[in-house]
Amino acid sequence: MKYLILIYSNPESRQLWSQLSAEQRRGGLEAYTTLNEALAATGELIVTEALADPTTARRVRVEAGQATATDGPFAEVKELVAGFYLVECDSIDRAVEIAARIPEAAMGLVEVRPVMALSGFEV
Amino acid sequence: MSSHVEFERQLLRELAPQVLGALVRHHGSFDACEDALQEALVAATTQWPTQGVPTNPKAWLITVASRRFIDRYRSDAARADRERALAILASADPGAVSPVDDTLTLFLMCCHPSLTPPSQVALTLRAVGGLTTAEIARGLLVPEATVAQRISRAKQRIKASGTRFRLPDTADRAARIRSVMEVLYLIFTEGSTASSGPTVNRVELSTEAIRLARQLHVHLPDDGEIAGLLALMLLTEARSPARNTPSGDLVPLSEQDRTRWDAAAITEGTALITHALQTAPIGPYQLQAAIAAVHDEAGRPEDTDWSQILVLYDLLTRLAPGPMVTLNRIVALGMAHGPAAGLEELRAARAEPAIAEHYRFDAVHGYLLDLAGDHAAAKECYAQAARRTFSLPEQRYLQSRARVDS
Repeated sequence: MKYLILIYSNPESRQLWSQLSAEQRRGGLEAYTTLNEALAATGELIVTEALADPTTARRVRVEAGQATATDGPFAEVKELVAGFYLVECDSIDRAVEIAARIPEAAMGLVEVRPVMALSGFEV
Repeated sequence: MSSHVEFERQLLRELAPQVLGALVRHHGSFDACEDALQEALVAATTQWPTQGVPTNPKAWLITVASRRFIDRYRSDAARADRERALAILASADPGAVSPVDDTLTLFLMCCHPSLTPPSQVALTLRAVGGLTTAEIARGLLVPEATVAQRISRAKQRIKASGTRFRLPDTADRAARIRSVMEVLYLIFTEGSTASSGPTVNRVELSTEAIRLARQLHVHLPDDGEIAGLLALMLLTEARSPARNTPSGDLVPLSEQDRTRWDAAAITEGTALITHALQTAPIGPYQLQAAIAAVHDEAGRPEDTDWSQILVLYDLLTRLAPGPMVTLNRIVALGMAHGPAAGLEELRAARAEPAIAEHYRFDAVHGYLLDLAGDHAAAKECYAQAARRTFSLPEQRYLQSRARVDS
């Protein structure tokens, strides 16, 4: 099954990150590199991306066939999606195990969401 | 796609595992031979349409691939480990094994225990199934890069494990063949998608799994579980024309238009499972195939022999217990002895967390409540099941059951 692992950021986590020493920051990034390599080796990784700052985001609205894009109302939102992993693995337990290796998990900012499949049992 | 291009494609896919088997047996290195084969296949797809299919296409592929292999070996050897490569070449023992064993050995190598299931699936589809990386990716609904990575890592891992290209000892063989069956069934279920979208260019993995299971059965005709697996696939696939509405919604077994079932597949599957049950030790795949056969032989839903299905589920509970088996057995019990009996058993089964937490629990509960006439409570169960399933078509179906006026 596929699982989407969402990594959030909030004001505290952003502040914490900005206060880290260069070495601590390198350690955090290394944890990601190690995790990515391990997931590629097992064939479980489908894609992982980090998202740009929310101030660069656009909210899209279509009205009468016209699309308008505005700056998102994200500034007021406390928790924002900062990145994600899409993995394919045997069970949600395994997905949780993967999620626990993401540095943000130490702050409780990682969430595992099962992905809906197109295949199904005959009912 | 014109018919001769399609013919060549089928021919190449038939020959790919045979050629790979011959190459690995002769040259020894699975990963380098697989690369060489891919190059030979590319050469064939570019040359055959203009120059015509060679008289002996298999020999042509072996020659071209061997040439590529040796070219690469020379440049590699010039760079580094000439001695090691020479040792591998010397240890290869051409001619000692029949081509039949080659395909079986390939199956076992692709499902090597050091590989994860997704890698086993990808490598089997490529090396035995002869599918391209792009075709596998479309079938599995993952990006091509993911499949390419799974295949290359799997090849590295096989190389690192030092596995020789030969059939494992008899003691080891049974367990290895079981994992091949698991991989083939995984490919089959991956392919049983209810998506009715455009299927152009999409390889039907269920068809592919049947083709591979057929090959395995040809190599080991006396293995009852392999026959059972093939029968199970045929008997399940036979219902696929009636399983979905044109808009992609699931049609439950009891409401399917049975005239649309594939009669030839049912006949073949039933013959296979009947023979296996009479001649081989019983196993889980055979039991599941037997259950599918009982469903398939009923001309109308009300003709279904639920008592027989219940007996088969009783056996399956003993041989291969699990939440799905328990829940399906309870449905059979409800159909054979009435919903009250089913509901009572379901209440007892609930004590087991693996069953109470299984998303199918609520669906089965709703089904039995419906049968018992308690439609209001049934709808609540269906709504709960719809929230807990991980399948989109199932969710749509369960939501419709939760809404239905009755």
